[in-house]
This record gives sequence, C-alpha cells and structure tokens, in this order.
Amino acid sequence: MSDRIADPVRFIDERTAAAPAIKKALRYLFPDHWSFLLGEIALYAFIVLIATGTYLALFFEPSVAKTVYHGSYAPLRGREMSEAYKSVLEISLTYKAGLLIRQTHHWAADVFMASIVLHLMRVFFTGAFRKPRELTYLIGLLLLFTSLLEGYLGYSLVDDLLSGIGLAIGYGVLLSLPFVGGPLGILIFGSTFPGKGVFESRMYIAHVFLIPALLATLIGLHLALVAARHHTQFRRDRRHTQRRLVGVPMFPGQAPRSLALLLIVAAVLFLLGGLVQINPIWQWGPFEPWLATNGAQPDWYLGWLIGALRLMPSFDVVVGHYTLIPNPFWGGVAFPLLVLFVLGAFPWIERRLTGDRSSHNLLDRPRDAPNRTAFGVAFLTWVFLVFVFGASDRVYVLFGLSYETLLTAFRVAIWVVPALAFLVVRRLCLQLQHADRIEERREEAEQEAEREHAERVRRREPVL
Amino acid sequence: MRAKQLLVTLMALAFGRRRSRDPEQKAREEESPQGRIVPAGEPDRGAELLVVGLLALATLFAAGFIVVYGEMGPTKTLNTLLGVCIAGALACIAAALAVIARRLIVTEEIEEEYPEESPEEQREIVQLVHDSGSRFTRRKLLVGAAATAGSALGLAGLTPVLSLGPLWDTVPLEATPWYRGRRLVDPGGHPMLASDIEEETFYTAFPQGADPENIGSSLVVIRLAPSALKLPHGRETWAPYGILAFSRICTHAGCAIELYRKPRFQPVEPKPALVCPCHYSTFDPATGATVVYGPAGRPLPQLPVMIDPDGHLAAAGDFSGRVGPAWWGVRAKPS
Repeated sequence: MSDRIADPVRFIDERTAAAPAIKKALRYLFPDHWSFLLGEIALYAFIVLIATGTYLALFFEPSVAKTVYHGSYAPLRGREMSEAYKSVLEISLTYKAGLLIRQTHHWAADVFMASIVLHLMRVFFTGAFRKPRELTYLIGLLLLFTSLLEGYLGYSLVDDLLSGIGLAIGYGVLLSLPFVGGPLGILIFGSTFPGKGVFESRMYIAHVFLIPALLATLIGLHLALVAARHHTQFRRDRRHTQRRLVGVPMFPGQAPRSLALLLIVAAVLFLLGGLVQINPIWQWGPFEPWLATNGAQPDWYLGWLIGALRLMPSFDVVVGHYTLIPNPFWGGVAFPLLVLFVLGAFPWIERRLTGDRSSHNLLDRPRDAPNRTAFGVAFLTWVFLVFVFGASDRVYVLFGLSYETLLTAFRVAIWVVPALAFLVVRRLCLQLQHADRIEERREEAEQEAEREHAERVRRREPVL
Repeated sequence: MRAKQLLVTLMALAFGRRRSRDPEQKAREEESPQGRIVPAGEPDRGAELLVVGLLALATLFAAGFIVVYGEMGPTKTLNTLLGVCIAGALACIAAALAVIARRLIVTEEIEEEYPEESPEEQREIVQLVHDSGSRFTRRKLLVGAAATAGSALGLAGLTPVLSLGPLWDTVPLEATPWYRGRRLVDPGGHPMLASDIEEETFYTAFPQGADPENIGSSLVVIRLAPSALKLPHGRETWAPYGILAFSRICTHAGCAIELYRKPRFQPVEPKPALVCPCHYSTFDPATGATVVYGPAGRPLPQLPVMIDPDGHLAAAGDFSGRVGPAWWGVRAKPS
C-alpha cells in the first residue's frame, strides 16, 4: 500500500535511522510567550540578510580602482570615483529591483541588530542567562558584537562619503590600540589610510564570507545549546515548574506560527526597502580623504561608539614627549570592551553576590530580582545616554542647544541618571513585590472564606 | 465549454465537501494502540476558504511583482511597487499560516521533563580517558611536545598571512609627500598664488604632482592678520603674510577638518578656529593649531609655507609633526 506520507518517511528512516530524532524534533516544546519571538526575529532578519546580500554580491565590484561615472544619475556624471561606489550606484539606480534589494539589506541589518539588543534585554531582565544557560548567553553576546562589526564593514564597503568617514574613524581607533596599533593599521590597510587599494577586497571577503560564516556557526551553536537545555519558561500556573516544561510542540502547533513570523519579518523588511529610503548613497558622493561632512550619522547601532568618542574628555597617555595611548582608544575600544565584559561576566558576578548556584529553568519577572533589574536598567541607561550623545549635533540642529553645553550636561548625566535609575527601579520592584504579596494574601483569605462558606452550607449551619 | 468545466472544477474545489472521513486515516487510528497523537478538532470550512483566498491573493501579488519588473523602467515608483508586491505576497502567505495556526490546527499544550545531568555518563567519560592513558608514563613531556608541535604547525599555517603586508612597519606612518620647494596646488591641480589667499575663508591644497589621497597630502590653507599670530617659537617664518597651512586630517580619529569657525559676530566668537565635524576637536590656527576644545591630543601638524619668486605658494619644509591619528610612540608635541 502506498501512502504519500508513509513512503518518504520509511525511505528516509531506512537509510538514515533518523526517525526517532525527527520525531523528537517535531515534538520539541516551545513555551508560549511573545518575548520569546525577539530572538526568532533576529534569526529571520539574518536569513533575509543572507538572501539579499547574495544578490548584491552578484553586482558589487570590490575595488577602489578609479573610474569615471557615465550612468543615469546626472549630478554625478563625469565624476571620478571608485569601481565600488560606481557599482553601488548602478545597483541603486540602473538595475531593476537593485534599489529594493539594497535598501531591504540595509533595513534588515538595522532590524537584525535591534532585535538582538531587545532579545538580550529580555534574557537579562528575566534571568534567562543563569545556569545552565551561561554558554548560550555568552555566544549570544559574541553574536551581538560580531554582527556590529559585520554591519560596520557592510556600509564601509560602499566607498561613499559617509562610509569613508566611518572608515577613517575606524582607522583612527585601530591605530590607538596600545603597542600594536600603528603597525597593525599598516598591516590591515596595506599602507596609511585609505590604503593602497588592497583594503577594499580584504573588507569584502570579511563581510561576505569570513564574518557571515562565523555568525552562522555561532547561531548554530546558540540554537543547539538552546535545544539541548530546552527553553526557559515563565511560571504562569502550577504546571510550570523548574523540572517540567509546558509548551506547544514544534509540529503541528509551532511550525506555522514560526513560518508566519519569518514571512512577516521578510514582508516588513521588503516593505521598508520599497517605501522608506535608507542611505541614499548617490546624494553623498564619492569619498575622498580630504572631505568630511557635518552632522553625518552612522547606522544606529554604532551611535554609542560615536557618542563615547565625543564624550571622552581629551586625555591621552603621554610619557615624556611621546603618546602611548591616544584618545580614540577609550571611546572606541575600552568602552565597548567594558560593556562586553560587564555583560559577559554578569552571570558569574550575580552568582557570587547572591550565592545562588542552582540551575534555573523558571524565569524571573523583573520585579522578582530587584537588584539585577535595577542594575540592568542603570547599565542600559548609561549606554543609552552615551548613544544619545552620538546624535548631539542633531540635537543642536533641532533644538539649538549649544554643543558645549550639551557635552558638559551629558558628562554629568551619564553618571547621575543611571544612579537615580538604579534607586528608582529598585524601589519600584520592591513596591510591586509588596503589592503582589497583598494580592496573594487577599486571594488566600477569599479562598478561605469561600471554603468556610461551603462548609457551613454543607453542614446546614446558618449563614452569617 | 472548457471555461465552463474549469469554473465547475474551481467551484467544486472551493465548496465541495471532502468525504466525511478519510478511510485510510480511520484505519490508521484503529491500528494505532494509543489512538490519535494530536487531539481531534472540528473542521472549519470558513477558515479553509480564507486560507485559499489568502494564498490566491499571494499568487496575485507575486505575479504582480513579475509583471511590474517586466513592464517598468528603473525608477523610484518601480522600487516602491516591487517592494509592495513582494511584501504583499509574503504577508498574505504569513496571514494564511496564521489562520492555519489559529483555526485549523489543534494547538496542544504538552508537558515534559527538562533534561537532567547524567552523572553516570560523566563518570564513564572520565574513567574512559584515564583508563586509555594508563600506558603513558611521561605524560607531561608528551603533552608539552604535542602542544609545541601544534603551535608550530599553527604558526606555519598563519605565516602566509604575512604576505598581506609588512608585519611590523611604521615607516608609512611617518612618510609625507612634502619637501622644501614643493608647490601647493588647488583641487583642480593649479598652483596657488599667495595673492589670491584671502582672510575669513578656507582653502584646500595638495602637493603638486602627488597622490591627493595620501593621508599626508591634503592641507587646509587660511590667512590671518600677521599681527594676530602667536605661533610657537621657531615658526616665525612659516606663515608669510599670515598665510597658514595645516594638515587637513584631524589628529584625533582621522576625519577631515571641514569646518572653519570664522568670527562672524565679534563678541560671541572671538577667534577663528578649525573644527573637525566628527567629534568636534577644535584647533586655534593662530597658535599653530593647538587644541582648544574636543578630544584631540595633538595640534594639527603645520606645514611651513614660502612664496616662490613668481608668487606661488610652496612648502618650506616638512610638517611640524606626524599627520593623522596618533599611535603608540608618536611624538606628542611638535619638535
């Protein structure tokens, strides 16, 4: 007897003996909570990035060799520019669907980073990083920072004016590395910035192969570790415990939902790519090292580094007549490494402080861990204020506040506001806990009264 | 005739009822000892129709994408329409899946135990490794030798990477294209006449015949009243008629100095200044571009300028310091 389902299943199992594994995978349980979708959104944005990026790579020319533009965009006609910039102009303005794919790629990168950050916040504030999931969490952090580099290289490839400024700053930060900075800069760029034409192809292979391969590997590990220990869950009722997981199985319950989310993410990204202009590179013109522009803003996920470079007071480590550690090191290297270190060490710091070494499958609500939540909000506020200062010149243009005033104000605010946030959030968590306890007691009392009432009715005693 | 048949078929597909129960399915259920795995639910024909409708709409959007691609030239409208079409197709299928998930599939909530640690297997792995190595007597030596060989092989494998560039070379960081007598040219390549340089404005200059993209090439040239100059000792002849030339590359992070804050309103902004638009390092040209504000740690390198016999600007020597962002070991103060 032939059967459209049974036959292929038998075929596969007879050749791979995979039926038990497949059955287990199909019945893998997903806890039902919206916040668990944030990581999924990042994964789907990554898929869109791979698809659109592959298309773009078919047309992009990773070369800074000089050429003259004779294309359809009149304002740049006759301008000398790099092959790279010219090919992105062609993608944007000549090839049909090229602009759509390029803008979708750019939007997908921004959404990818945003969903990773939101996912990290969910994981942090619910304590999902605790034992036994510290490795999953560390790999997630690595993914965040690797993606940041990937995004930076992506928009640096284009060789338009904005990307060139970003690259110049990157070169400055690279040179600032203690001891190795100078020679390392020369090794990577092949010469002093902007290099002798060898850097573009190095950046290209990193952006389209090395880093995506690393990201894909890390994502695979991240997911494998999630599956190995299973998802965490909130305690919604008595069935959810440290030992028992309640969830919707991958098939048939979760599969259509996840697939729908994938398609919705793709739909939103393509809609953004079609309707909302992003990085109109033809307006910036080609990059030359002697050009810069005022009010240039990088993609949002680099804003915190620009902010840090601007906020850092003028301070170099100078010995005698010689600079040892130049200023860009603090904002461009030390600050992000400090953020990475604090986040990465947090599971162990918390364990040391609370003495809690047990495994946790149940999530905390933010209020359940007032100190962690308060610290998290304070830390986030600190980084966020630095990020906001990255747009300080925009604030100047919009509100007319002088840059000098803003700088002074922010240098104070980035310490004072997080400290206040810590106190306020901690207080708030404790209040919420208190309210919970009152609610619990009230419910208990009500249940007790109901029981007594039922008992009286049963015994036919007079009801008071 | 054929159209009519097609219509009937479509109607039958849309509104025809499936046989009450698939006999095969029934047989399978009877065979299976546990009965069903996924619990049964009522059919929902409205939902099925909705799914078909959404999928049809998705098909239309996808077809629209192909038609729009074929019919239109590369314009902004094409981009918008393509985006709407592909997003529409994706969103319709997503909506169909959402209907399937909510109304056509029984959503089970299942419980299971979280995976546990396996102390027995842990112990066995440890024992396995210990037992396997029992014939080795000089463990430290062997591990050391293996580590050495591994590292050597790793280093050998990395060696070809050195072809990317010099491993430890700071000479390019020190090099500049400027020397005494080299003329200053404007972005069009024309030599610059000293008499053309005016106050309160801002010029870009390059070394004649050199690569303008070299980080040491580009200059910002301005002119101040000679009486306003307070240049460091030893630079008395560097600015004839108040004409000053500085490297255009900011010493903080390598952006170009593209802002010239000139005194528009005397009481508010008393002094002209060169400003980098990236992190707002601000330099005072009158004092040799010392840092007056912002994160930069070194002044902009100044290029001594002279006027050659036919009135053109030329370099009178090399910069007062190293061009561009600082690195470990660069001279912090001009020599």
